[in-house]
Amino acid sequence: MSGQQLGLAVAVFLACGVEAVEALTIVLAVGATRSWSSALWGVGAATAVLAAIVAALGPALTALPIGVLRVAVGGLLLVFGLQWLRKAILRASGLKAVHDEEAIFAEEAEAARATARAKGAFDGYSFTIAFKGVLLEGLEVAFIVLTFGANQHDVGLAAVAAVAAIAVVVLAGVAARAPLARVPENNLKFAVGIMLTSFGTFWGGEGAGAHWPGGDAALLAIIPALAVLSLATVALLRRGAAERAGVAESVHA
Amino acid sequence: MSARKRAALAVFAVWDFVVGDDWRVAIGVAVAIAVTALVADTSVAAWWVLPVAVVVLLTDSLRRAMRH
Repeated sequence: MSGQQLGLAVAVFLACGVEAVEALTIVLAVGATRSWSSALWGVGAATAVLAAIVAALGPALTALPIGVLRVAVGGLLLVFGLQWLRKAILRASGLKAVHDEEAIFAEEAEAARATARAKGAFDGYSFTIAFKGVLLEGLEVAFIVLTFGANQHDVGLAAVAAVAAIAVVVLAGVAARAPLARVPENNLKFAVGIMLTSFGTFWGGEGAGAHWPGGDAALLAIIPALAVLSLATVALLRRGAAERAGVAESVHA
Repeated sequence: MSARKRAALAVFAVWDFVVGDDWRVAIGVAVAIAVTALVADTSVAAWWVLPVAVVVLLTDSLRRAMRH
């Protein structure tokens, strides 16, 4: 293997590894908190659609409007993520209503859905999120293979490097599945809200034409920044609730 | 069940699935993405629009949830 070929293989491996990690994060998030089977069905369906698109379009794939897809996926993830995060923050700060009939109904409905999911029923939410995440990242992997490979006149080597990167990331995901199952459900939901919102912000911005400082590495700043903001909000709400409880106690005393 | 009623239920199901229990968040996200696209067409950097929108939308959604 020449130095140029090695450079191509390493560049494609790293670039595709980043895309695969992004897709894996989304799949692990919805799989661990909602339904593994539906999330994996989403992965399978996205892979089939991706294979059909690549087979049908070949090199013409690079003409697809990836920006439109990023906006659609990013927007949807942002809407889902913000609602997850709001509920997770309210739950973590102890402010989730207990004697509210709507809340009780919603909790019972969620419990029923959880039971159905435990029995292996299909969960459209997990399927859709996993499907869109894998399809978007898969298309980006295909773009990387075609553009990097065509530049060096070696699409075959680029494809092998991409498959190797995806295999490594999938193996890491399988290894992470068992430890994830031991994390408390509320903490997982909190983390999923942060992940969905962060990826939604990143993809929505990219799709709308924004250029993130540092490219994909911007996610390494968005995720911790949103986590710190959310935890600070929980701390503030807890303090406010404690102060209100203290005032109420002194009034009754 | 009539075809019209089934169609209405299907539209409601899609709306409920996509928008969830706070439609203002969905509208806010759509507006923020549109503003990002507009700013990206100028010479000004546009990456900051969505992070700011996330903070505003989350704070507003939390405030309304606490009021109820």
